[in-house]
Amino acid sequence: MKKHFKLQDLDCANCAAKMEDAIRKLPGVNSATVSFMTQKLTLDADDARFDEILQEAVKICKKVEPDCTILVK
Amino acid sequence: MSKKQKRMLIRVIVSAVLFVVCMLLPLTGWVRLLVFLAPYGVIGWDVLWRAVRNIAHGQVFDENFLMALATVGALAIGEYPEAVFVMLFYQVGELFQSYAVDQSRKSITALMDIRPDYANMEGPDGQLEQVDPEDVAVGDTIVIKAGERIPLDGVVLEGSSTVDTAALTGESLPRQVESGDDVISGCVNLSGLLKVRVTKAFEESTVAKILDLVENSASKKAKAENFITKFARYYTPIVVLAAVALAFLPPLFTSIQWVDSIQRALNFLVVSCPCALVISVPLSFFGGIGGASKDGILVKGGNYLEVLARTEIVVFDKTGTLTRGVFNVTAIHPDHCDQGQLLELAALAECWSDHPISRSLKEAYGREMDSSRVSSVEEVAGRGVKAVVDGHTVCAGNDKLMEDIGVSWHPCHRVGTTVHVASDGVYLGHIVISDEVKPDAKEAVAALKAAGVRKTVMLTGDAQAVGEDVAKQLGLDEVHTQLLPADKVERVEKLLKEVSPKGALAFVGDGINDAPVLSRADIGIAMGGLGSDAAIEAADIVLMDDKPSKIAHAIRIARRTLSIVKQNIVFALAVKLLVLVLSAVGLVSMWAAVFADVGVSVIAILNAMRALKAGK
Repeated sequence: MKKHFKLQDLDCANCAAKMEDAIRKLPGVNSATVSFMTQKLTLDADDARFDEILQEAVKICKKVEPDCTILVK
Repeated sequence: MSKKQKRMLIRVIVSAVLFVVCMLLPLTGWVRLLVFLAPYGVIGWDVLWRAVRNIAHGQVFDENFLMALATVGALAIGEYPEAVFVMLFYQVGELFQSYAVDQSRKSITALMDIRPDYANMEGPDGQLEQVDPEDVAVGDTIVIKAGERIPLDGVVLEGSSTVDTAALTGESLPRQVESGDDVISGCVNLSGLLKVRVTKAFEESTVAKILDLVENSASKKAKAENFITKFARYYTPIVVLAAVALAFLPPLFTSIQWVDSIQRALNFLVVSCPCALVISVPLSFFGGIGGASKDGILVKGGNYLEVLARTEIVVFDKTGTLTRGVFNVTAIHPDHCDQGQLLELAALAECWSDHPISRSLKEAYGREMDSSRVSSVEEVAGRGVKAVVDGHTVCAGNDKLMEDIGVSWHPCHRVGTTVHVASDGVYLGHIVISDEVKPDAKEAVAALKAAGVRKTVMLTGDAQAVGEDVAKQLGLDEVHTQLLPADKVERVEKLLKEVSPKGALAFVGDGINDAPVLSRADIGIAMGGLGSDAAIEAADIVLMDDKPSKIAHAIRIARRTLSIVKQNIVFALAVKLLVLVLSAVGLVSMWAAVFADVGVSVIAILNAMRALKAGK
């Protein structure tokens, strides 16, 4: 399953790169991109564990850039 | 400016005023430090706080940490004004950077702002009601007033008007529509009132697809982007290690003072942030994609711009790409029946097919067809159609089809696509159909040559005479005719072997039967044909207005974007390296280091914005 999420207050391009790198390393993630320009996360991960993986991604995001939040609709 | 940016601006001003006051006060020693801590605190508290917090999270070497270390270090060695000034300059740079990125993001998204806000639905009492386009169902009737954006794809029921397709195609000439015509969402209705029956739900409509495509183009990163993020991962730790070495080694082995060596090391820390690179590279690609979309060229990702810039060979499909794909019957040559009968048989046999040739036959026939007369239709790819019409087996297609069924045929003296017709194994005659070359096709081929494309090739399923005639008219280098879809893939694979290691092969097609070739080529360019879903799906780049001349334009945009990316990488690295070297030998102060960090970022961002106007 592939989904796009909006990122709020993503202020630093290097942080975006760090997040992307960390999310890609999560087990079950097929591909992930964090775009600083469009302030978006594109996450492609296993259907069965998608929500779990998304929660992990939210945690990573908090850790790398505490001001930035993933808007989970 | 956002709220956050305004607050920052106030802090910058307050801190700057305090800083000037501090500089004027004739103080020394501890009192001087305490006084300078006031502007420092105002401007830098959040940096210090984030540095501490991020270290707690295991994030060392981020820019907050580096700036905190550099300025606290400066305070420790008694360089109070320097510490405040560096922090101030850093924050001003960050503020400007965030403002510039916001602005460019806005100007790029404004280019793509084709999202309709509402649709007018007619209520039961005849009153118009504004509803969310997402709530409109297929089959509903909507009303579009003059000046409004068409919210959903549909067919005009009533009214006539001109529509502006510029937002989708970059084409400035408005299009005339009247009842029965298809209209595409995202266009603007210029003059009359239109009543439209919706044929696609919002998520399926052209505008939603294009928005989705462009907005998500940033998720396909170019190699240069990935290179930069990888580079950043090594660059920062290396420079920080060098800073440590620079702080401790020289005083131990040479006569350099500790104060000097630490100051030089602090400069290193300031320069070690890779931000200018990490920001400006994706921004340039984003700008290039935005600028291209303004001209009706949709690029699905930065990586494709990178490949496009290296294009060496361009392979074209003929029908619908170099030619208009609108066929007209130009001659009917019957052998054993009259012209009307021959045309009728051919049209009936092809009545279920949506191939451009079939369409033109049906058009030439011009009357309603009774499709119940036709049964067991079989399309033979690259050959034609077999069908049973009124109990007779009718074959309509090219010479290969005739040979397959063992019917002797004779060629026609007219140049064009010849459709032979045979009934129950007897040759009845042929119909000649010809296609028109697109008005800008010749210019397109010339422009590609001018842009340095080494070879232009045309592949077509059409007859040799037709293909060669078109190729000669347009000045193409190579032409291969009478190809089946599978042959096209094979041809492209052969051509791929001719491409030099640094070059790329682009295939341009109209999306019909082209999907395998589009994906096999290094880069697939499709004629978007206002609404052809298959093309938008399969290609890497979509030309919204079907003009082949846009290919050379796209290549120019790609090259320009790439050169801006290179300029930024070289410029940022060169300045950083220079400042690193000068800091190491103690020739520059910390403000130069801050310039090498934020100053370079800002210049790189401004340069990246030029990509938006690419190709002009």
